[in-house]
Amino acid sequence: MILALVGNQNSGKTTLFNQLTGANQHVGNFPGVTVEQKTGEIKGVKDTLLVDLPGIYSLRPFSSEELITRDFILRHKPDGIINIVDATNIERNLYLSLQLIELGYPIVIALNMMDEVRNNGGSIDEKKLSHRLGVPVVPISAINKEGLDNLVNAITSTVQNNLYPKKLDFVKNGAMHRLVQKVTGIVSANAQKVKISPRFAATKVIENDNPIITMLDLSKAQLNLVESAIKAMENELKLDRNAALADMRYAFIENICADAVVKGSESKERKLSLKIDKILTHKFAAIPIFLLIMFTIFYLTFEVVGKFFSDILAMGINEVIKICDKGFTAYGLNPIVKSLILNGAICGVGSVLSFLPIIITLFFFLSILEDSGYMARVAFFMDKLLRKIGLSGKSIVPLLIGFGCSVPAIMATRTLSSSRDRKMTILLTPYVSCSAKIPVFAMFTAAFFPKHRALVMITLYILAIIIGIAVALIMKKTVFKGKPVSFIMELPNYRFPSVKSVLLLMWEKAREFILKAFTVIFTVTIIIWFLQTFDYKLNIVDHNDDSLLALIGKVIAPIFRPLGFNDWRISTSLIVGFSAKEAVVSSLNVLFGASILQSGAFTTASAASFLVFTLLYTPCVAAVATMRKELNSTSKTLLIVLAQCLIAWIAGFIVYKMGALL
Amino acid sequence: MTLDKLKIGAFGIITKVNGQGELRLRLLDMGIIPNTKVEVVKLAPLGDPMEIHIRGYELTLRLDEAKQIEVREIAK
Repeated sequence: MILALVGNQNSGKTTLFNQLTGANQHVGNFPGVTVEQKTGEIKGVKDTLLVDLPGIYSLRPFSSEELITRDFILRHKPDGIINIVDATNIERNLYLSLQLIELGYPIVIALNMMDEVRNNGGSIDEKKLSHRLGVPVVPISAINKEGLDNLVNAITSTVQNNLYPKKLDFVKNGAMHRLVQKVTGIVSANAQKVKISPRFAATKVIENDNPIITMLDLSKAQLNLVESAIKAMENELKLDRNAALADMRYAFIENICADAVVKGSESKERKLSLKIDKILTHKFAAIPIFLLIMFTIFYLTFEVVGKFFSDILAMGINEVIKICDKGFTAYGLNPIVKSLILNGAICGVGSVLSFLPIIITLFFFLSILEDSGYMARVAFFMDKLLRKIGLSGKSIVPLLIGFGCSVPAIMATRTLSSSRDRKMTILLTPYVSCSAKIPVFAMFTAAFFPKHRALVMITLYILAIIIGIAVALIMKKTVFKGKPVSFIMELPNYRFPSVKSVLLLMWEKAREFILKAFTVIFTVTIIIWFLQTFDYKLNIVDHNDDSLLALIGKVIAPIFRPLGFNDWRISTSLIVGFSAKEAVVSSLNVLFGASILQSGAFTTASAASFLVFTLLYTPCVAAVATMRKELNSTSKTLLIVLAQCLIAWIAGFIVYKMGALL
Repeated sequence: MTLDKLKIGAFGIITKVNGQGELRLRLLDMGIIPNTKVEVVKLAPLGDPMEIHIRGYELTLRLDEAKQIEVREIAK
């Protein structure tokens, strides 16, 4: 039994999904945070597959994400639909419900946040609502796990007994009624042929929805009949077709609500949100507060929480190395195998693993910003600024996620409705320095700028953003000319992020990172160890200068001479960094041993240019692959990667020359 | 008058939704249709976009988009 979970953005859809399936999934309070179709079996009900679809307001899609939902419903034809409705915002939520009911699939409406409605003195008569809509309605509170058993029973029995929604007439008579009847008759046979409900097809034809009209394959004569019927209605009602349809639906909803809904006093949640917004979106304070919040997050992540745990973890890893070393020596293990385990595996993986706490902490803060509803506010007050560089306020979400990792950030651009904004945002995401580069920055600032670590780190982040803005401005003037698209966005009430969902997210990120450390990074370090231990005749080398790796690295090294580091070990580490940015650190550790500072390979100036180059050059292979998928163009992706390497080289060169002057 | 001219804290009744294409469809879908009551809640710190309260929820839209919405001001 395949069930689709469909609802407006911010209706608590993902929370319900988590409660029903117990799956590891992220809950967002920003419009449209669900970027992938997640599926799961409903707990306790065998052979069910619940699909969490991106939030939509109407079956008329605007963003590529909304298209996913509509395509899934129309093409995959789920056996049933759970339509989640935010009871505190019932009118606009039912607008989608009416369209879903027209589809004619077995459907149950889950009336969510009923606890908030009751707390504000309101009530909803679900029996009346169910009677008027002709489908089962179950009141629930997803966050408090209320009514979930009823919901599961309702949807399974509705699907198993093939209970289809009753035919609904939004208006009993009048021009619109006649039009819908007439068009339903005209398109009926065609609709049945492609297995969609004639009534739904009729509304879509009236809306002039091209994909559906093409799907129906209507003849010229049929289209002419439809067109003249619409003209007649428009003349009679003095309303165009779209306004007339929206008006009909909302009038029907208002009528039902007058019957079944008792509105409470102004909701406490809204009053609180308005109060919070007095400060957080205050005319003068909003942007300084935002910067302060971001600064605090970075400070706590790097200097306080992350550092504390990272130091402990690093100490632990060092102890492991010491104990293993002693044990292996006492045992008399073959020195090559010993070197493989200690210098290759443990040293490489360990150097990366110690950054786990920093990355988890950063994701913790980002998820709180998102789930609380604050990110939507940031989009609201940053829109005007972002529009100046050709983006929209909504671009801020992917960009902020980019501080964590470029891969989910690039995927989050699906929430943007214009393809121009989307491409621009994808292009700029790598200029928000991702958390995988943190190990590199941390290692180098500790070695070369011990007195100004925080300052150097912040400067790097800001430098990347400034270069990103410059790139955006150039793009806006050249490739991405054109009008800005609309910015119509819901501002959800502030909500306490659910502890469960934040913890689930942190666990998910920790697991991903550990997995990466033991797969990609582990493999890479073993390969590096192998290449630096043997020469091309597979003899063990006395010094890694004669190794296979040196042979390769020396070919590339001269490219970086103008940047101040002409050492094959460094150029190798940068190439290895393409697999994962953390691997830059692990391979430097393997190649230099523990003494990068004493090695003399870097001066302060060349360390700075190395940092800048690492900051700006191509994102890792996972991010590039995601970019290729989302842009759907290999050549454009390659061009972007090359351009980024070039920009990184130039910036590194300038920094090195400036450093040499000082 | 149009929605962008309505003062902060003022109420209005929508009389007509202009504009075309996707923008207009989106506005209609979000419940911005004739005879609906709106309140202007605030302007973003830099003066654009604006936040309105409609059908029990908060919506933001740019002034350019608000220009497409005709309203009649009413007392609270």
